[in-house]
Order: sequence, then structure tokens, then C-alpha cells
Amino acid sequence: MSFPWAEEYKPKNSFMRWLDDRLPLPRLVYGSVGGGYPVPRNLNHWWNFGVLAGLALVLQIVTGIVMAMHYEASAAGAFASVEHVMRDVNQGWFLRYAHANGASFFFIVTYIHIFRGLYYGSYKAPREMVWMLGLVIFLLMMATAFMGYVLPWGQMSFWGAKVITGLFGAIPLVGEPIQHWLLGGYAPDQATLTRFFSLHYLLPFVIAGVIILHIWALHIPGSGNPTGVDVKTPQDTVPFHPYYTAKDGFGAGVAMIFLAVLIFFLPNFLGHAVNYVPANPLSTPAHIVPEWYFWPFYAILRAFTVDFILPAKLWGVLAMFGSILLLFLLPWLDKSPVRSGSYRPTFRMFFWILIVDVAVLGYCGGSPAEEPYVMISQVATMYYFAHFLIILPILSMVEKTKPLPNSISESVLHGEAAEAAPAQA
Amino acid sequence: MVRILGFLVGLGFVGVAAWSLLWGVIAYVGEPPAATAEHRFHEEARNISYSFNGPLGRYDTQQLQRGFQVFKEVCAACHSLNYVAFRNLREIGYTEAEVRAIADQWPIQVASINPDTGEPATRKAIPADHFPSPYANETAGRAANNNALPPDLSLMAKAREGGPAYIASLITGYRDPATYRNEEGEALPAENRPSGTLHFNPYFANLNIAMPPPLTADGQVTYAPGNPAPTRAQMAEDVSAFLMWAAEPNADQRKNMGLVALVFLTLATILAYMAYQQIWHGGASRRVRRTGALDPENQARIAEAKGEAGIAG
Repeated sequence: MSFPWAEEYKPKNSFMRWLDDRLPLPRLVYGSVGGGYPVPRNLNHWWNFGVLAGLALVLQIVTGIVMAMHYEASAAGAFASVEHVMRDVNQGWFLRYAHANGASFFFIVTYIHIFRGLYYGSYKAPREMVWMLGLVIFLLMMATAFMGYVLPWGQMSFWGAKVITGLFGAIPLVGEPIQHWLLGGYAPDQATLTRFFSLHYLLPFVIAGVIILHIWALHIPGSGNPTGVDVKTPQDTVPFHPYYTAKDGFGAGVAMIFLAVLIFFLPNFLGHAVNYVPANPLSTPAHIVPEWYFWPFYAILRAFTVDFILPAKLWGVLAMFGSILLLFLLPWLDKSPVRSGSYRPTFRMFFWILIVDVAVLGYCGGSPAEEPYVMISQVATMYYFAHFLIILPILSMVEKTKPLPNSISESVLHGEAAEAAPAQA
Repeated sequence: MVRILGFLVGLGFVGVAAWSLLWGVIAYVGEPPAATAEHRFHEEARNISYSFNGPLGRYDTQQLQRGFQVFKEVCAACHSLNYVAFRNLREIGYTEAEVRAIADQWPIQVASINPDTGEPATRKAIPADHFPSPYANETAGRAANNNALPPDLSLMAKAREGGPAYIASLITGYRDPATYRNEEGEALPAENRPSGTLHFNPYFANLNIAMPPPLTADGQVTYAPGNPAPTRAQMAEDVSAFLMWAAEPNADQRKNMGLVALVFLTLATILAYMAYQQIWHGGASRRVRRTGALDPENQARIAEAKGEAGIAG
């Protein structure tokens, strides 16, 4: 693991020596996020977001566990217990707003983390496993967030659960039994709520476990860097601590300011007003939309409106799941030997088109299923699939890339990195 | 192999999406969607500058008390306020004795049981009670209101787009459907005019609302001396402010804590930035190794790299 010049852990006193001989936990920490982990010296601020995602998970687990002490997972009492948290629990409003906006924060930093990986080719060999484990975390996050949104048992909770589990109903033959099995009935009800609560409590710890695998897999080849050039000499790296702990500390401060503005001044900005109406199976809301972080995928789901061999609904479901699953194949779709988008001018252009495309999908997914939004999301869906499955494979064969620097140190010396830590002797 | 399969799958999804798009365009060109009457006659909530707007805005307890009075004398006849307790009125400036009196004299009593016989009974409210609902149950509420259940108002200011301004606009927004003209000067189509027990209101999503106009005349509620005149607009603004407080009673505390949190986080972030700059570019790290073009070791390395690349100089 790691590079031969990595600092070895040296216990500072007899107690730590005693501990190191029996349970080398400090050694593990030192080698993972301490002075014993050599990291490329030219990482920019886009490399802050992995740590920020970890921070978001901790925030969600802490606020969530405390709220679970006051929450009642029953169809009759869930909505009232959330209001109890908001009104009668000391600082309960803070817990709930921090948890609800913390989920959005988690997705914001994770999306930036994913797009950083897409731009700098972080998914390429030898980091395929890091990428795929990251996608597993992303899928688990989506499941957790979806089930968490059901728990307040408001109108959008109920109808969102009905629509999303209804997607499984599109699967031929086994679809409807699967849907009933997921819900524990024919429609969302008590059985749905209790199992979603149970799983919503479980999955974050599964996420934490997969994060450990994600970081473990990352430490085998070590972190990538903005040039995409491999680490070659000790001059290319600095120890994680103090260099990147300090840089991440600053990044975390900025992120917390952003989160505090959301929690304290715009707590309901990202939510839906109709979810403050208790769930009512007899009254359908005018527009059923999921939370903002699902909008791009919701737009892809709704883009398929015409039966073609398969029913339109099944195409939508396949495309929606496919849009995420295809990312697992990305390391083998994009075979360009150059990792970083900074040295791939044509790739870079398509990357920015993809960013705009996903933003357009998100906008359409949050809008009512009316024209022109459906037509726009159809065009955007076509680009999304074309980008990953057609453009990237062809591009990686034909693109003329820019010359790479010989080493990270050289790129730093030539001023290609806006900022870099000083080289270590 | 992955790429060939991926290419085919990609073509498949792009093709089916394009096929959907084609039919969508044909439908759109053949029959462009027309704006519905609900859309053309709908009015957005008025702009109201409440004392609590914005990060520095706070509730005005005088206004909240006036709003509570309007709620008590007008809204509470039909609407419940389930999530608010009498004791919460302390937060808008009522004394403990006043709260006790308000609870004690509340026209609707709290469901209870007769302690001797166990039979259903009612008792007077105490400060710990939540506001009792005007109807015993949903069926009773519907039976008394032409089958339209008056919704609970505890969260109304958060449960509708537009919030309190929407509520104020709605309760003063009743218009005569026969003479009403929208901004384009169109008259309301006959099929959108209210029938039976409904009332035309352009602020309501489907234009026809079951609730009769609650505020019918200026001075319907008598405010204590020293307060603004109880015009319909004033009463609507006051009661909507009260409902905002009912929906979000901790908003002032939240904003105060937010300002403290922002000051703290800003200072912490400045310190973190200074620590980061110190470690990356400060004196301590320069003692380890100077970097930059003039660093002798870097100079030597540049010369070596140039030599390898065959560049002179």
C-alpha cells in the first residue's frame, strides 16, 4: 500500500508503543489520513469534496440518530411526531432542518465529487474499483434519501413513495409482486413506513462501510491529481497531514457557511410546500416531483412517452436505471490513455456540454410533465446516453490530446498548477 | 466488447427517445397546448412586506396578537389549529394569566371523560391543551360545510406556495365572477363560474373555493386602542402573520442563532484559511525547501529537463 517513501508510523511514547503492538489503530489512521499517506502536491480545491461528503454523512448520522429518539414511525403519528420535533423538542427545528438540508448538502458535494472524477478521469485504471465503489455509495445514498423523504408522511412523501415503487411495477411479469413486496401492501401504508424507517436507519451505516472500502481502494494506487500523470518521485508528493488536512479544513469551513445559510435562513427553500400537508391517499397533489437531487433521473424516466416494442413506461424505467448503471462501465468505455480533461481539448468541450445537459434535465425533471419540458428532456436524454455510450468511446480512439508534463513536479515548476505545496525532501 | 455493446445500447436509448420526441413534436405542432382557464385567470399572491421577511426580519408581537384575535373571532369557527397549544401564546407576548383565561374561555371545550361514569364528556381547556378542533371528527366537519373539510391551519403558511402572502391574498381575493376581468380583459368563461356552494377566487388554484369570504367588512374585529384600524386588508395581513408564526414559531430564534453561527463559522474559516496558507506557503515550509524558478535545485532540474528535451539554454 502506498509509496515506498511514505513516512512510517513511530509511536511517540510507551503507551502508544504498547497500543501499536496490540491494536495498531493509530498506525492505520496515520497511514490513511495522516503524515504517512503521500499525496500529489498539486491537488486543487475540487479534491476537497470527498472529505466534505464524509463530513455530510457524519452530520446526517448524528442529526438522524437524535431525531429518531423523537420520531414515531406510524401512519397515524409520523406527521405529528415531526411537528413535535419542530415545536416541542429543544432545538428540534435545528435537528430537522439540518437533517433535511444536510441531505441536499450531501448530494451537492457528492455530485461535485462525481463530476470532478469525470473531468479528471479519476475512473481510469488503476482506480476503476474506487470509481465503482463510489457509484455503489451513490446508489445507496439515493435509496436512503428516498426512504428518508417518505418518513415525515406528508403528501409528497406518500405520493412519491407510490410513484417510485410503482416504477418496479413496469417490470414485466414480476413487476407487480415486487412492488407489493416493497410496499408491504397495495399502497404505501403502515407496513411501508416502518420498513422504510428501519432501512433508512440501516443504510447510512452500510454507506459508511462502503466508504471504508472506497478509501481502501483509493490508497492502493494513491490519489489522482489534476495532471493525471502518475506519481514518480518523492518530489511529487506531500504528506496528507498537515498539507491536505489544512486545505480540507478551509474547504470544510466554506462548505459549513453555505450549509448554515440554508439551514438558518432558507430551511424550506429546497423542499416542497405540499409536504407540510399530511399524507392523504384520497387526494393526489397537482404535481408529484421528487426532491431536486433526483430531478435529472426523473426527467429521463418521463422522456420515454411512446411504446416501441416495449411499453413506454418500461423504457423510462430501463433508461433511468441505465443512466446510472452505465457509469459502472465508464472505465472501459473511455479508453483514452490521458486521464485529465485538461489535456483533452475535445473531451473538455463535451464534458461541459454534459454539465449543461444534466442541468437542463434537472430543470425539466422539476417542472410539470407538460410541453415543452418533455420535448426538451427528450433531447437532453438523447445527449446523455450518446455522451457516455457513443461519443466517449469514439473520442477516446480519435482524439488528439495535448502533450502531458513529464511529472507532477515539472508541471508545478512550469506553473501549470495554480497552486502546489512545496516539494518534500 | 463492452464498447460495442455499449454503443448498441446507446443507439437503442437514443433511438427510442428520438422516436418519443418525434411523436411529441407532431402532437405539439398539430395541436399546440392551450393555456387553461385556471392558468389564464390565476393571480399570483400579492407582495406584502411583513416584519418577519428576510434574514433580519422578526415577528411583530403586536401584529401576532391582532392576528390571533382575528383567528379566534373569525377562522376558529370552522378551522382547527391542531399543532399549536394555548401555552404557546406566551411566545407572542401574552402573560400566563392571560393564557389561562384564553384557554378557560375558549368557546370549544376539550374532549374528556366523566371521571365517575367513564362516559364521554368535555372540560374547559387548560394552557397545556392544544387548540380544540371545532368539529368532533372529519365527518362532522364535512357535514357542516357542504362536504368540504376546512383544513387545519397550523402549517398553512408553509403548506402553500406563497406562504402568508398567499393566505392574505386569498382571504381578501373574492371577486364577482360576472364582472371579473383578467389582465387581458377577458371575462370568466361560463364553465369556470362557481356553481352551488362555491365562490370565485382568482388566487385559488382552481378558481373556485368552498370557503365563503371570511372577512366581509372593515371593522369586523374590534382591535384594542393603539392598533391600526381593522380594515379588511389589515386583518388579512395580521391573521396571515399569526398563521406564519403558528407554522414556524421558532423562526426568530432560528435567525438569531443563524447570525451567531455565521459569525462563528466565518471566523473559524478565516483561521482555517490562515492555517492552510501558513502550512503551504508560510515560513515553516520554506525552511523545508524553497520552491520557485529561482530555487537552485529547481534551476538544476529545469536545466536537466531542457537538456533531455534538446532545448538550448
